[in-house]
Amino acid sequence: MATAVMTTLDPKSRSAARGMSDLTIRNLFIVPTIVFLIVFNIFPLLYSLGYSFTDFRASSAAPATFVGLQNYRELLNDPFIWSNFAITAKYVIVSVVGQVIVGFGVALLLNRDIPLKGLLTTLLLLPMMLSMAVVGLFWKLLYDPSFGIINYTLGLGSFEWLSNPDMALYAVAITDIWMWSPFVMLLSLAGLSAVPKHLYEAAAIDRAGSFYTFFRITLPLVAPILMIAIIFRTMEAFKTFDLAYILTSQPTTEVISIRLYKMAFQEWQTGRSCALAYIVLIMILAITNIYVKYLNKVKER
Amino acid sequence: MAHIQLKNISKTFGNHTALTGLNLDIADGEFFVLLGETGAGKTTTLRMVAGLEKPSEGQVFIDGVDVANWGAAERDVALVLQQYSLYPRYTVRENLEFPLKSKIRRIEPDEIKTRVDRVARTLRIEHLLERKTDRLSGGEMQRVSIGRAIVRKPRVFLMDEPLSALDAKLREALRTELKNIQMNLGQTFLFVTHDQIEAMSMGDKVGVLNHGRIVQTGTPYEIYNNPRDTYVASFVGSPPMNLIDGKLVNGRAVMAPLNFELPFAGGAKTSGATDGRPLVFGIRPEDVYLESGAPVEARVHDVENHGVEKILTLRVGDAMLRATVPARTDVEIEQPVRFAWDPDKVVLFDKASGISLRHAG
Repeated sequence: MATAVMTTLDPKSRSAARGMSDLTIRNLFIVPTIVFLIVFNIFPLLYSLGYSFTDFRASSAAPATFVGLQNYRELLNDPFIWSNFAITAKYVIVSVVGQVIVGFGVALLLNRDIPLKGLLTTLLLLPMMLSMAVVGLFWKLLYDPSFGIINYTLGLGSFEWLSNPDMALYAVAITDIWMWSPFVMLLSLAGLSAVPKHLYEAAAIDRAGSFYTFFRITLPLVAPILMIAIIFRTMEAFKTFDLAYILTSQPTTEVISIRLYKMAFQEWQTGRSCALAYIVLIMILAITNIYVKYLNKVKER
Repeated sequence: MAHIQLKNISKTFGNHTALTGLNLDIADGEFFVLLGETGAGKTTTLRMVAGLEKPSEGQVFIDGVDVANWGAAERDVALVLQQYSLYPRYTVRENLEFPLKSKIRRIEPDEIKTRVDRVARTLRIEHLLERKTDRLSGGEMQRVSIGRAIVRKPRVFLMDEPLSALDAKLREALRTELKNIQMNLGQTFLFVTHDQIEAMSMGDKVGVLNHGRIVQTGTPYEIYNNPRDTYVASFVGSPPMNLIDGKLVNGRAVMAPLNFELPFAGGAKTSGATDGRPLVFGIRPEDVYLESGAPVEARVHDVENHGVEKILTLRVGDAMLRATVPARTDVEIEQPVRFAWDPDKVVLFDKASGISLRHAG
């Protein structure tokens, strides 16, 4: 197939003069990428799969012994791990739902002729462009119980956002919503502006109310692109680490990636953490697959 | 049913003037066709009647009521667009039901089903009812789109070039169908098109629009036989009317740059047609005929065979003239022929203003 698509080389070109064929040039472009992928992605992936069946510890010189499925068996029977997963699930749901509501809502507001629309959109995208660590650090200041601006403006006195075990996870989710709603907004805006204007006119002529128009025309047409935004945000939220790690250290905010980090680099249980990483990977694949199936169904309609 | 009036409508978009001083009167139950080139302001006029656009100046009346502050929903109009505007992801039935499910007027489910089925039968799309709209052909989509307009029984039907995107055969069929629907419903139709054949064959009345102004309104017969100016004369009719510069001298038409003469004695009497005044002579191709003893000689420049007739392009000097002759006329390219015209059918236009002398007086 690839050869059929390729064009023939201009016989007068310099590459031709050096005696390079189309195939050589193609390989010149592709081989570095493939080498890169193998060295940095595929090899570690397979290597860690191997470790996940051993009791290897990167901190000790002791050779790794093969333990079979023991790591997986123990992890899946560990109630603490399951509570980490539950925390992660709660975090993913709160943060993704929040981002979709805020992002899509702002996109609806922006999807009309308003002055300074371009500038406004750019400004709204700023949070997304900041580094996670920076966002974490300065929201820590915003949340501060004694001098934080959030408590000051909301008049909450010295309400403890981050050291309150029941609130901390929501505080992290709020920060994530603030940071990533613009992403959902951007994609929704693209979807919204792709809805042909004449459909709205037709609906107005057909005397459809604004709610009816929204649910019967706007939403179905934006659904596929909104779905893509949700897939991206779910995957990201599922593996979230830096925000939660920087903001708090409550047991109630220990999402699965923090658990994984601790297991791998504080407890040095390298083999076991490889197994946990694989469990997380399989879960993300499964969730994404469900979404993609649904996306295809939405697109078909 | 409704009587529509547009009074002194002007519309500007930024620096661009789309319409100026437009007056229209569309009688109840009339099939009114707005004819004009692309960019003449036809669609803008239509959208103003629909309430999708507000006039910069002037008023729109529906049944004598000024509807300036009414939205599209309150005006109770139906709109069929060239791009169909079917709601994607829904079946044909759901599309047809859409206007009936509006909250403004509740309709019983049984009633909805009856109406949709009746419309589907009228438009012969019953077999498509459960199909998704993106699986339809262009003609089927346009039928559904017309169906969505009919199903609601609006006061006025507005159609914006609904047939333009269809292929020739289908366009012809739907043209007849639409006209029949209009006659059966007895509704007011405002139909916009750039196709003069559509305008002539469907309209009870035709309004010719040029650069945002109504040039002429009248029955297709009036528009065709008595054009108000050279624009209408050249826009309506296929092939268009021949327009030749010249003047009258002693009851003969003397074509100025071409130096040929045609008798004009007994031609249509028109005031103002004084000898020597610079004029444009307009003659329809079917009123030009070939005859062995005719006064002017020309050469056959081109022959178009249309089956029932042939359209000849005649060359006199370096000017071209079209003539429609019966198909059995045997001519060859570059063959010399003699032609004459029917003086009664000649329309005189003032050279400077382009306005027909019959209308000027």
